[in-house]
Amino acid sequence: MVKVLGWLAVVGIAAGLTMGFAVAPREVTQGNVQRIMYLHVPAVWVAYLAFIVGFVASVVYLARRRDTADRLAHAACEVGTVFLGVNIATGAIWGKPTWGTWWTWDARLTSVAVVFVMFLAYLLLRQAVEDPERGARYAAVLGIVAALNIPLVHFSVYWWRTLHQPPSLLKPGTSAMPPSILAALLINFAALALLGAYFIARRARVLAAEAEALA
Amino acid sequence: MRYARRALIVAWKDLVVERRSKETLNALLFFSLALLFVFQFTLGPDRERLAAVLPGVLWLGFILSGVLGLGRTFLVERDNDCWEALLLAPGDKSAVYVGKLAASLALMLVVEAIVLALFTLFFNVDLGPALPGLALVIVLGTLGIAAVGALFAAMTAQVRTRELLFPVLLLPVLVPVLLGTVKATEALLLREPLASVAHWWQLLVAADVVYVVVGLLTFDVLLEG
Repeated sequence: MVKVLGWLAVVGIAAGLTMGFAVAPREVTQGNVQRIMYLHVPAVWVAYLAFIVGFVASVVYLARRRDTADRLAHAACEVGTVFLGVNIATGAIWGKPTWGTWWTWDARLTSVAVVFVMFLAYLLLRQAVEDPERGARYAAVLGIVAALNIPLVHFSVYWWRTLHQPPSLLKPGTSAMPPSILAALLINFAALALLGAYFIARRARVLAAEAEALA
Repeated sequence: MRYARRALIVAWKDLVVERRSKETLNALLFFSLALLFVFQFTLGPDRERLAAVLPGVLWLGFILSGVLGLGRTFLVERDNDCWEALLLAPGDKSAVYVGKLAASLALMLVVEAIVLALFTLFFNVDLGPALPGLALVIVLGTLGIAAVGALFAAMTAQVRTRELLFPVLLLPVLVPVLLGTVKATEALLLREPLASVAHWWQLLVAADVVYVVVGLLTFDVLLEG
């Protein structure tokens, strides 16, 4: 089952790369740099999906105390953090030629960075607590706080910096995206979602094996 | 009613311990005073620059003294099997959280009031008509800080690296509270009416509600040890 997921992800990524590099047209103003969007944008969507999975798994763990829920929460938050890191890194690589800087304290960048640090802290807590059962409980509470904090972070950062650019590619109406670009974006999203699901499943298995070895 | 009484007993106990030992309060006041000097030395004597960064500096002082003070919230329970006593206490465990939160909030507000007075004195700020609005923002912001802080303090009390872990967990989560309080304070010090910062104090209220509700619902899980 997990293997099937992995192969599906491989197929999806192959299709995504073909769409992103061969089918989707070269963007007029930004040139080929724009193609990084096919990795950049899906990565953040998958990361936030993973955090939602982590939140639900944390709630389920506290209600039922099943180890599988804890391992799912751990794996999902870890994979989500990695995808968010990919999003930030690709954003910086895109930003250097386009904006002329690796980083600015714009609203989207800042809020994503804060969420990233919040989940790094979650992973630190996972490491810091020696007793696994206690660590699972603590991490579940922190996972819930962190997930519920995401909307607060977004609102506060947006009000703090209202001069951010609106999402130029997903704005409905005004500048309709060519269908091939939209298709490339969605196919890459599906591919990365499959990859993320595969990573989470694998990571949860490794965690189960670790727990078994230590028991 | 019983619930409120239980919470009150915990808060009362903590405040009595603090009044008799004055451990945290004295240290926090001294720390805040030292911070005041550090700010003055690092920012230099330029009055205009100082005025521009004052709201941030003020909240930096509040949050740093909060990190120091809140991290100790549950340390007192580790000696003499007090933690077990809290576990054995009858009824809903979230009353313990409410009590701890109330005591921390009271202690932080005392420290903040003194720090604010020292700030107006040393940095020559005239609070004047901004004071009522500022008090509201300080209470709302401190409630948010204390609500997360009390929860995370219970979480880190039993962890070996708690002094490191506590601020690492607390600071990123508190970003919305910090942004809200600093921006609202900035506007209020510029003599803008409270209504102009309505979105900020509403954000603070929303954050407080989220943090306190999560704390109430999850605290018994942390108290298990």
